[in-house]
Amino acid sequence: MPGDTTSSQRTAISLRVNGVERALEVESRRTLLDALREDLGLTGAKPGCEMGNCGACTVLLDGEAIYSCLALAVECQGRAVTTIEGLTQGDALDPIQQAFIAHDALQCGFCTPGQVLAMKALLDRNPHPGDEEIDRAMSGNLCRCGAYPKIRAAARALARQET
Amino acid sequence: MPVRIVTTHLEFEGQVYEQRVVLEGDEPPVWGPGAELSVVGTATPRVDGRERVSGAATYSHDVRLPGQLFAVGLRSPYAHARVVSVDVSRAETMPGVRAVLTRFSDPDLIDPARKRSILGEEMLFHGMEVAVVVAERREQARDAVAAIDVSYEPLPFVVDPEAALRQDAFRVSLTQANNNASEEYPKTYERGDVEEALRSAEAMVEVRFETPAAPHNSLETHGAVASWDGRTMTVYSSTQDIYGARQQIASALGLQQNQVRVIKQYMGGGFGSKFGAHHSGLIAAYAAKKLGHPVHYMLSREEENLAAGHRPASIQTYRLAATSDGALAAIDLRAISNTGALGSWMSAVSLAAKELYLCPNVRTVDMPVRTNLGTQSAFRAPGVVEATAAMEVAIDELAHTLGIDPLEFRIKNHAPNNQLMNGRPYSTKTLVQAYEIGAERIGWTTRDDEARRFPRGRDGYLRRGVGMASQIWGGDGGPPAQAIAKLLPDGTAVILTGTQDIGTGTRTVLAQVAAEELRIPLAHVRVELGDTEFGVFSPASGGSMTLASVGPAVRMAAAGVRAELLEVVSHFTEAPVDALEVRDGHVFARETGRDFGAISDFLGQLDGHEISAKGMRGPNAEDVTNRTFGAQFAEVEVDIGTGQVRVRRIVAVHDCGRVVNPLTLSSQMEGGIIQGLGFALMERRIVDERLGRVLNANLESYKIPTIRDVPEIEVVMIGEANTRANTLGSLGAGEPPIIPTAGAIANAVAHAIGKRVRRLPLTPDYIFDLLGEA
Repeated sequence: MPGDTTSSQRTAISLRVNGVERALEVESRRTLLDALREDLGLTGAKPGCEMGNCGACTVLLDGEAIYSCLALAVECQGRAVTTIEGLTQGDALDPIQQAFIAHDALQCGFCTPGQVLAMKALLDRNPHPGDEEIDRAMSGNLCRCGAYPKIRAAARALARQET
Repeated sequence: MPVRIVTTHLEFEGQVYEQRVVLEGDEPPVWGPGAELSVVGTATPRVDGRERVSGAATYSHDVRLPGQLFAVGLRSPYAHARVVSVDVSRAETMPGVRAVLTRFSDPDLIDPARKRSILGEEMLFHGMEVAVVVAERREQARDAVAAIDVSYEPLPFVVDPEAALRQDAFRVSLTQANNNASEEYPKTYERGDVEEALRSAEAMVEVRFETPAAPHNSLETHGAVASWDGRTMTVYSSTQDIYGARQQIASALGLQQNQVRVIKQYMGGGFGSKFGAHHSGLIAAYAAKKLGHPVHYMLSREEENLAAGHRPASIQTYRLAATSDGALAAIDLRAISNTGALGSWMSAVSLAAKELYLCPNVRTVDMPVRTNLGTQSAFRAPGVVEATAAMEVAIDELAHTLGIDPLEFRIKNHAPNNQLMNGRPYSTKTLVQAYEIGAERIGWTTRDDEARRFPRGRDGYLRRGVGMASQIWGGDGGPPAQAIAKLLPDGTAVILTGTQDIGTGTRTVLAQVAAEELRIPLAHVRVELGDTEFGVFSPASGGSMTLASVGPAVRMAAAGVRAELLEVVSHFTEAPVDALEVRDGHVFARETGRDFGAISDFLGQLDGHEISAKGMRGPNAEDVTNRTFGAQFAEVEVDIGTGQVRVRRIVAVHDCGRVVNPLTLSSQMEGGIIQGLGFALMERRIVDERLGRVLNANLESYKIPTIRDVPEIEVVMIGEANTRANTLGSLGAGEPPIIPTAGAIANAVAHAIGKRVRRLPLTPDYIFDLLGEA
């Protein structure tokens, strides 16, 4: 019975979030998404569906794009998590973020942190992806406003850049 | 300043409303087609892009206040049932639980618009609220929801709209005499003599066309965070209408409107579903007041898709008749719209029949019917998306019957004036031009070429087709809409409005308008919106009316404060006001070009005072009709082996008057087209008719387009400044692009496979059914 869960049972874990070691105590059922949002106050990752369909909660786990609503925080013990808040260095935006603004690759912006991180995972893996690879890598992130053509344009511009 | 009270007319979502407004002062003259503008009309990245890409933008979901509690709802598993008892004894004692709201403990939790308790006795659909748990953490609230023991008495239900219309149908509610959405339905409109025209016509088609229920699926669900400090209720609401939300919350809680502050800085999409506070906002505010703690209630995706509105399913039956030379002689439409359990109105399903083509004999019957399903809400061009799809399919078939090219048929039956308003002229109508440009770019004349239609030859599995559809809709907005412009001592400007930026780029285009009028750099303008505390009224962000309503108010306020600035400069320089002008944030002598200095040099001498001016949107013209027009052309490829439809290309040609920002405009156009593509090909709420339950209230089995579904999209804007619309010359662009997409795709599919399309979405199983037809 869900009602019988002893919610006081918590596990101490440590996550390396945006380069900083963070210690927290979480219930074993707490998702990485909730740990980031509720325990660490990092609300850039968004709950869009909380069942792994929309991608608004995308973060990087050891450099790979994952749906943080489908990962338990305790599974991430000792691992490196990058959220959208970690992409900005002081006032300086990441080139991907700059490209999103320049190409207007967003409308309401709710899915944008996830889109940016999915694209970062792609470009870290392959700095010069082709059009088909871009579409495949970005197809797990829904955008109901339909910013897709501009997301494509941003990705293609970044893929053309010299590294 | 003298005050005028003016009566004017305002079109909103296909309905015309009379509006009495209080106006002060005069608006500046219209920016005509030849106006020399440097900021307006320039592709400009969003002024709040940084916040939106960096995670700094705070959405309602993200608001965290000290002592904040979380609410989770328990909803009816039945389509129709009586709540006999609710046992909360176990739930109430669970860890972290602060309150369990039920109809027994909280009958005064009401929906003021419908004048009924939100937690009622009679459940009218799968997903209706039964109880709400408020706890310290969301997991705890969910645990307690699972521990509530409800006893239901299931009642007979009806989910099929045609069944619901029958005399002997089960009633959606025990309190209803029939299932009509309200007493004014069925509603008939007629001009000319349709029966006679049908009898004497030389060609006729009859088309019964079904469109699906489509939930909006804004990626941020409905919801709010509410906080009560003993005097003021502050609500961070994901709403398209902060003033509407304020009014509803005040009414529900018995507060004065000025005791309620509604804030909406960023929202994750609305598309028409988020007018007002919605139940989630009313529940959050009620619970916050009751418990003395801030309460966060954001719907889950399942709750959203069960209970937060959708585009209603329609069944449209058209009879179209024409003379042998291709003149449209009659349109007869019977339109059923499934409004769900508490729907009370009919969206503009009959608008295309009445206004899109020249036709002397038109009859439409609107039949909105209630069923035991979640209640409809407006969805981007409500009614007219489904109407255009169905009617444009019928128009193509009529042209086919006559042996006339469907595009030629449309040009021949072009409506030169507004047939709904006794032939009142359109201020501009560029639809024929849109047809011509679109036809040229899609390659209309070669659409029947063998090599194009059969890219792998006649024995291959691929068939290609080209189709098109037209768009007509409003978008001229109107009063009341207010703005205040301030110039600060440092020479920068602040624009205050009460509008919302729901993702359309409102903040950016308003900043452009202000910068243009003030003649200061865009970076020196800050636009504040989404907060009732400013007391600057703006309408709901919907109906493609934001820019055309609020933009002129901002422009007038900016013009007013610039005039005040020149008075100040004239005082200090002793130059006459009309010898001065502002450019790039400096004040110059008009004749000699002498630079008197930066704006801040003068305002800095005012001991920290700001100067400010008000702006108000003036009345609409009463002698013309302002409309947006457009046409879209689609090229599709159908795999007859799999039934899969792939859209290869969309050409969209639209006229929305002056374009303030070509960059954000193209984004909005593409977004509307992509939503239209989803509606055409994949989106459909699925209901188990035996149980009355929705089977795909999620994003797993309710499909919306991903990046891989998106074809090449070419947007062509052909409008120039509409001098009869407002002082910007701009009309709205939010809704027009979604209107013709599904019709164009459906006609392209029919062209590709040579079958008549009778429903949306065009899923592979349906394409297979069509291919199997004789």
